[in-house]
Amino acid sequence: MSKYFKAKTVDNISLNKHFRLLNLSPLSDIDIPQPGQFYMLQAGDTYDPLLKRPFSIFRHEDNSLSFLYRIRGKGTLSLSHLKSGDIINAIGPLGNSYPEPHGDFIALAGGIGIASLLHLLAGFKNKAYLFYGARNKEELVMLNEAKAISKESFITTDDGSEGEKGLITDSLMKFFNSLPITHYPLPLYACGPTPMLRELSKVVAGKDIKCYVSLEEHMACGVGACLGCVIKTVSGYKRVCKEGPVFDIKYIIWE
Amino acid sequence: MGITPNSELRTPNLSVDIAGLKLKNPVMTASGTFGYGEEYSEFLDLNRLGAIVVKGLSITPRQGNPTPRIVETPAGMLNAIGLQNIGVKAFIKDKLPFLRQFNTPVIANFFGDSIDEYIHAAEELSNAEGVRALEMNISCPNKQAGWIVFGTDPKTMEQVVTAVRKTTDLPLIVKLSPNVTDIGLTAKVAENAGADAISLINTITGMVVDVKKRRPVLANNTGGLSGPAVRPIAVRMVWEVYKAAKIPIIGMGGIMAANDALEFLIAGARAVAVGTANFINPTATIEIIEGLEKFLIEEGFSDINEIIGSLKT
Repeated sequence: MSKYFKAKTVDNISLNKHFRLLNLSPLSDIDIPQPGQFYMLQAGDTYDPLLKRPFSIFRHEDNSLSFLYRIRGKGTLSLSHLKSGDIINAIGPLGNSYPEPHGDFIALAGGIGIASLLHLLAGFKNKAYLFYGARNKEELVMLNEAKAISKESFITTDDGSEGEKGLITDSLMKFFNSLPITHYPLPLYACGPTPMLRELSKVVAGKDIKCYVSLEEHMACGVGACLGCVIKTVSGYKRVCKEGPVFDIKYIIWE
Repeated sequence: MGITPNSELRTPNLSVDIAGLKLKNPVMTASGTFGYGEEYSEFLDLNRLGAIVVKGLSITPRQGNPTPRIVETPAGMLNAIGLQNIGVKAFIKDKLPFLRQFNTPVIANFFGDSIDEYIHAAEELSNAEGVRALEMNISCPNKQAGWIVFGTDPKTMEQVVTAVRKTTDLPLIVKLSPNVTDIGLTAKVAENAGADAISLINTITGMVVDVKKRRPVLANNTGGLSGPAVRPIAVRMVWEVYKAAKIPIIGMGGIMAANDALEFLIAGARAVAVGTANFINPTATIEIIEGLEKFLIEEGFSDINEIIGSLKT
């Protein structure tokens, strides 16, 4: 089994103008991905874009891998052009994974961050208190799917077009304030934009909560060689691709 | 393609000699793109490589530059990692034992920001079991001489290469910076100062601007350009060095496939190093080795040394 493999595009579905779902069928046996792990993907073999891009595993079934992505730049744009039957090269599964929750947990997703958390929710159905925020209704991608497998859901949008108007971290703060302190120890798993995670670090500061965050950085290799994707931690620079992408929030130094 | 029955049966010789160091084939990894070997050992058999050149080492660990450290460019990438590394001692203790398991020579890339640091790193690495050659990165600034980059100033370069030459009996490869006016002259300086071989090119300094922020994308402002975008420059420089100096050349710069490696070999490189390609295709080195063999068979050569420096102009 090699972590470098070819895969056939099954389909590449447009969910709305921002998001797509890419389903791949690997052409060889692959390692089973754990929630939180990622793959390096690239469409085509021209040298522009040159580098693969990291994508969290969204779903894994039998011999298929699914990736939820947002068209954001050159790499994702070229990925959006993949058609059924197209063959691509992939590297993965890479990085560490979310530590397995034992019992109920909190999942905090910001926008496309839902991609990595849905795999976790699917593995532990009806165990999660889901906190899911986005700019607007349209960007709450896979909302119904996520709600359906969560114990309870808290939704916010910046413009109030779905759920409460406001920040998802404020909603989480309210949730904590409504609980007796003895109820804190639910582990928390989060994935989303850096400003959200930075806010989260303030929300959980001083509370006795295990909080794991999945981080995103620009990467060249994905396997720990290039040292391009490092983040600052209390014990120096760490590679998001190797020591991460999942980190205990208390070790991260936010810049 | 003249495939004779004879050449189809015979496997061509791929082995080359770099300053007494015998390589089973001319394909090595470029420093900084292959970690300390471990990172890629799950993707390929390290025994198959001509040599492994490890991430650049300094006498004390370096934490490297702030982020962002990398940015993609058309057919290339800029990096400003800032030579982050675990230091010579940790390399010898924690990484070298793993690499010693393989039947592939390890070449230690090293640097310093003073001549003393170069000497100390070279000394320690020369005494380590399993290091078969040293590759000197001279594309870093000299803190004792107003931060002039060693490799862009002939005088400083001569001093540092001479000093290291006295320190080590291992084959000494000097990795040239392409950020100079006359690469042939630079190669001559390295040769006269006692280098056994020359490797080139290191990355070409570049910059990408975020126009909305009106700031450089990289925290370091500038970075080193690598990838297919630099290849024609690298091939040209190898050719110029081949004409200017007598010592063997290790050519690199944007090699993605066997055909690219062949350009360097024909232009005069005795070996090649694969860098950025590892990031995109972790088995690139192996595919290049196989591609070189296929080319030799198809073109009716029995030995790779027949094509080295065979450029017709």
